[in-house]
Amino acid sequence: MSEVTEKTHAMQIGDLGRKPTEQTDEIAIRVENLDLYYGESKALKSINLAIPNKRVTAFIGPSGCGKSTLLRCFNRMNDLVDICRVEGKILLDGKNIYDRDVNVALLRRRVGMVFQKPNPFPKSIYENVAYGLRIMGVNDKKTLDEAVEKSLRGAALWDEVKDRLQESGMSLSGGQQQRLVIARAIALEPEVLLLDEPASALDPISTAKIEELIDEMKSRYTIVIVTHNMQQAARISDYTAFMYMGDLIEFGNTDSLFVKPKKQQTEDYITGRFG
Amino acid sequence: MRKWFKDGDPWIWTTAGAVALSLVMVYAVVWLTAAKGLVHWWPKPVAEVMFTQPDGSQTRLIGEVREKEEVSLIRLRESGYNIDSTDKFTYRYLIKQGNRDITGTDFKWYPAPMLGEFTYPKDLISVERREWGNFYGHLKVVKEAGVVVADGPAAWAELKKRLERSNDLFSQAVRIEKVDIGRLNYQLEKLRLKERKLELRGTLTEADKTRFEAEREVLNGKFGALQEKLDQLRQDIERDSFVAVTMDGQEVEIPFAKVADALMPNDMNIFQKIGYYIHKFIEFIVDDPREANTEGGIFPAIFGTVMMVLMMSVMVTPLGIIAAVYMREYAKQGPLIRVIRISVNNLAGVPSIVYGVFGLGFFVYFLGGNIDQLFFPESHPAPVFGSPGILWASLTLALLTLPVVIVATEEGLTRVPRSIREGSLALGATKAETLWRTVLPIASPAMMTGLILAVARAAGEVAPLMLVGVVKLAPSLPLDGNFPFLHLERKFMHLGFHIYDVGFQSPNVEAARPLVYATALLLVIIIVVLNLFAIRLRNRLRERMRGLEGV
Repeated sequence: MSEVTEKTHAMQIGDLGRKPTEQTDEIAIRVENLDLYYGESKALKSINLAIPNKRVTAFIGPSGCGKSTLLRCFNRMNDLVDICRVEGKILLDGKNIYDRDVNVALLRRRVGMVFQKPNPFPKSIYENVAYGLRIMGVNDKKTLDEAVEKSLRGAALWDEVKDRLQESGMSLSGGQQQRLVIARAIALEPEVLLLDEPASALDPISTAKIEELIDEMKSRYTIVIVTHNMQQAARISDYTAFMYMGDLIEFGNTDSLFVKPKKQQTEDYITGRFG
Repeated sequence: MRKWFKDGDPWIWTTAGAVALSLVMVYAVVWLTAAKGLVHWWPKPVAEVMFTQPDGSQTRLIGEVREKEEVSLIRLRESGYNIDSTDKFTYRYLIKQGNRDITGTDFKWYPAPMLGEFTYPKDLISVERREWGNFYGHLKVVKEAGVVVADGPAAWAELKKRLERSNDLFSQAVRIEKVDIGRLNYQLEKLRLKERKLELRGTLTEADKTRFEAEREVLNGKFGALQEKLDQLRQDIERDSFVAVTMDGQEVEIPFAKVADALMPNDMNIFQKIGYYIHKFIEFIVDDPREANTEGGIFPAIFGTVMMVLMMSVMVTPLGIIAAVYMREYAKQGPLIRVIRISVNNLAGVPSIVYGVFGLGFFVYFLGGNIDQLFFPESHPAPVFGSPGILWASLTLALLTLPVVIVATEEGLTRVPRSIREGSLALGATKAETLWRTVLPIASPAMMTGLILAVARAAGEVAPLMLVGVVKLAPSLPLDGNFPFLHLERKFMHLGFHIYDVGFQSPNVEAARPLVYATALLLVIIIVVLNLFAIRLRNRLRERMRGLEGV
């Protein structure tokens, strides 16, 4: 625990206030020739991608283009689908996460995920946040208390729930639930946070709060976000990947991608000519 | 008309009618059993009436009037009554005249035209005896050791006083017999088995023998002392007696030892009657049965039923849940698992007696027989687990209700949202951790539903139990004060079987009929109570899962 904390802490200090430029950014996740099949059909076609460390990377593209599928490759959630098969490599800290000797549970602790619909457990707010730590075997009350508070603060939820930690997590509003789920994920101090359309089920005010939160968190975590909403991608991300029909069409600095796309398809999509 | 039909109005009426009909039937069942059963303990007036025999002579009848029904005069004339009337029908009365030892029958029908006027003399006594059913008559004198101590109007008060004393002595004697002597017998048997075990192993030394002999001596000494005390008590009870005149004028002397209760029903006011009723009702629930189960209480049957259902629940719940978890969470959902699922569902439709036969063949004879051979060779040829008992009965019923639990649990597991499972897995939980910490708690209300259905089915089952452990009269409860307290091999009594036994196997069907209803009512109440308990538990679990869709 403490080792992880120290490491993240050190990284935070080191990276603070640096402006993103493609050349200088460290790479957190590198995808090499990734193919993904659902049974016979190919859902991802030789994807090559480098996701920068401590930045927000957005995946955009029309429905069914494979952006969520690609996101779910990063913490191997696709393993749950029986007919799903993956070829190629995803390197996290230089280690292929699809290697045989990788412990999937440990991988998922390092790569947290937040889903489209808020999915708190039918437990108290406290237990929701402590869930991952309890799984790790942390049962000391003081450690848990501290971690819960820190995570809830990190997810900008602490002030709203600090007096009712023992109430059910399901009693919160949709936006609060989504922040609770984020708190639950960051309680494990992951390196990477995957967000699968985290604001699509929320009202505009809650969406704004989530976006604000993402902006705040990017100094601490590498964030990969899938979104339908191009304005959102433009607002919050540093890098953007545009995908279409299982292909990665274009990847680059968000500003340049939106202002001056290199590919015709990208331009068509972001100007709303199709999709 | 067509329009009315298209409206859907008839549909609403049909469906509502079906609900109403079901409700009416359920209430009718409860009402009938309650009405017929609950009157049993109410003290009924004892009538005195003159009866003209077919040969013209007059005799006196004393008894409770139980029923009145219409009968054709032709039938009465055919059976020898010479009735002078032009009517086609008349009435006949069912009179409980008691005194079975003298008259031979408790209940008898008498045609109304042959009866005089009913009178209800206040001094008529109704005596509940420990044998031979009720006695009705006029009290004459009360005796102590053969000497008259009270007669006339004073006799009743004296009788009441002495009855209290004899009942007190009697319960002391029963206590000694059942508890103290029962324990000694149990210890002696244990001792014998221990010795036999050593003997079979060939390690019985002379030292052991003398030690056993000494222990046996001690126990026998205690036994003798108790026996002496018991004899003394019995003698004490025998001291008093009373004399009463029966309906045909005979004077009968009845020792107090044979009397359980006595009352003057025609001389009781409403409060006394209510008091008597409550007293008798409590007796019914906490006492052991007497007289081939037609008198006394049904406590052992209540105890047996509840204990068996609890044991069944303890066995079936984990097994059913584990099986369902495998089928739904781990097994590959292919044709094989589909076939298994269909088989499980169909198991629920197998007639229960088939389970009884299986239980007898597999559990009792095969498993029990082998257990006896392996672990209890010393008690051979008497079986321990090789004969029907509460363990095998619970297991058989657990098997019978297994499909219900499996199906309900599977339903519950299917309804756990995928998003919740993914949420847990994404936090680094393994599949097993996700199951334990999230999926099973969410599915727990559904498991409780399965258990509720299982309990409802098991508590009402009788047929299979007759093969695997239920008896008409069990000498001791499966749970008592003798180490190891829980005797899983013992046979037990069950309310369902008790109803059947009292209603159809009893020598005195008329007397037992109200008991059948009362027992049935009690069985229903027990099942309802068990279910309410489980439902409360489920609702509390549900409360925790509130807000989760589909649960």
